[in-house]
Amino acid sequence: MRYFLNRLGFLIVSIWAALTLNFILPRLMPGNPAEIMLAKFQGRMPPQALHAFELQFGFSNKPMITQYFNYLGSMLTGHWGLSYTYYPTSVQTIISGSLPWTLGLLGIVWVIAVTFGTFTGIFIAWRRGGFLDSVTPIITMFFQSIPQFWLALVLVYSLSFSMNLFPMAHGYGNSVTMGWNFPFVSSVVYHAILPAVVIFLGSVSGWIVGMRNNMMMTLGEDYIVFAEAKGVPTRRLIFNYAARNAMLPQITSIAIALSTIIGGQILIEQVFSYPGIGFQLTSAVSGEDYPLIQGMFLIIAVTTLLINFVVDMIYGRLDPRVRRRGATS
Amino acid sequence: MSDRKPVLEIEDLSVAYQTANGLVNAVNDVNLKVYPEEIVGLVGESGSGKSTMAYAIMRLLKGDAFVTKGHIKVMGEDLYALSPKELRKFRWNKISMVFQSAMSALNPVMTVQTQIVDTLTSHRPEMSKAEAIKRAGELLDVVRIDRKHLNSYPHELSGGMRQRVVIAIAIALSPGFVIMDEPTTALDVVVQRSILDQIREIQQVEKFAVLFISHDFSLVAELASQVAIMYAGRIVELTKSGTLRLGERHHPYTEGLLRAIPHLTADEVVIEGIPGTPPNLVNLPSGCAFYPRCPLATDECRKARPNLYQTDNAIIECHLFKGDREVQHV
Repeated sequence: MRYFLNRLGFLIVSIWAALTLNFILPRLMPGNPAEIMLAKFQGRMPPQALHAFELQFGFSNKPMITQYFNYLGSMLTGHWGLSYTYYPTSVQTIISGSLPWTLGLLGIVWVIAVTFGTFTGIFIAWRRGGFLDSVTPIITMFFQSIPQFWLALVLVYSLSFSMNLFPMAHGYGNSVTMGWNFPFVSSVVYHAILPAVVIFLGSVSGWIVGMRNNMMMTLGEDYIVFAEAKGVPTRRLIFNYAARNAMLPQITSIAIALSTIIGGQILIEQVFSYPGIGFQLTSAVSGEDYPLIQGMFLIIAVTTLLINFVVDMIYGRLDPRVRRRGATS
Repeated sequence: MSDRKPVLEIEDLSVAYQTANGLVNAVNDVNLKVYPEEIVGLVGESGSGKSTMAYAIMRLLKGDAFVTKGHIKVMGEDLYALSPKELRKFRWNKISMVFQSAMSALNPVMTVQTQIVDTLTSHRPEMSKAEAIKRAGELLDVVRIDRKHLNSYPHELSGGMRQRVVIAIAIALSPGFVIMDEPTTALDVVVQRSILDQIREIQQVEKFAVLFISHDFSLVAELASQVAIMYAGRIVELTKSGTLRLGERHHPYTEGLLRAIPHLTADEVVIEGIPGTPPNLVNLPSGCAFYPRCPLATDECRKARPNLYQTDNAIIECHLFKGDREVQHV
């Protein structure tokens, strides 16, 4: 419980820090959103319009501290401003339209990759020197060393463009209507296969190799030999004694990797024109859409922090040394 | 005592490690018998093959180590002839082991209770969880740890307590024979003392035989009735522990070890070492492995491996004892 409160406190402080940074950074940049908006119309707009825009974007000449608290308030109540590119759509509408695509695709593929990689790692470490142990590292290294976007391009060109097996772009087909109906869901799955394969192949190797190595280290520990000697059944020995300890560094790697994946899928979403947050972020940056960029950064930061919080909780469950204080070894 | 059936019978055992430099002969043609309720000490320098032998007896040799020849029988049963399933059942029921590294012999992410209960339920599937927990509490009583520590994790216990838990796990199924591989090495002297007293106490109640491995001569001499002295993978002497002092007839290596014990009550503390270093186990010296370091070595020691000779209190493998009765086995 103490550990939980501690982590929760840390989560709240980090989100606050992210919000504050997000407030400060744009204000260090020259100009303001209204001027940029005005510039887009290249003088075809009267100066009064500037004032109107300033009001609409919530720009004010109030003291910084008042602006800051207004900002915090509107962030918490979900008023994140209006996008320029999709003016006058609000930022949260765009984000809530693209975030599920990224989290859905990435989340599912990640869970599969981590689970599959971890179990494969456990298995080949246990069968050390076996056929799989000698073959798997070569295959995984091959896929790990290929840049993901390049693999994505190759797959799009060969399977989609030349052979017409898979769609080339977008999250779903033109002919289906959004909703929980079979044509739509199957179209989504069909469109997600190639990006999923790319993400899976790119990340699974790391989990296999990482888990295999952790597992090898753990299997050499005295408590494993002791447990084997005292007659613990093999299955329990592998999972409860060895894998549970070998998982700990793996979970740390997961936490570290998670903080980069949401932003890191930009290239893949770009290649597949996938309507996720990475794709939106790229167009927001190229369109100098500051409110959208700000909102994106915020949502990426908060999502990452939340996922890390969950990982911390899992880690605490698995390792009593983190949860409870005690004599050091 | 020789009319009784030994709990441990080692016959011509050799164990080697495969390394890049060739075979490392860690144990060479060792013979040893341990009888019920007896404590036998096994003393030697680091790298003399003590632990390797212990692991070989438990059939726990890993990776590149393997038995090259000989037989090991525990209570008449050849562990190497058992199927993995039978082996899992036999071990710990009949023979158990306290590991050298008590600090790391416990799983860091499991409570003491789970680790003891695991031992019990793995061997006694018919035992209910409640019974196993009750037995775990009793075992902690035996090693004098408060029952509240059933729910502690290893990192919450001191080194001495962890070693006691390991001993509790080792005696959980009342085995007839326990190997103790330097059980007190990682602990400070005061804790060592209390653990030793406890081992002796428990041994007298539970009546199991012990092979007590250590590099601490005085410790072993006190605990064991017989002491085997190991050098370069061979048992060079098997002696009654009461006669382990200078002035008695011993192997030159044993005498060297005895001289190396400091006598703190003497006016002047003189510690003598044995000159030289233990031999390279890849290329063992011809003849007696100890001859390069032996102050009494002759030409013969270099050429031929000595036979075993029975003196009044010991069996010694040394050419100097030619006048005594020759025997085949220790």
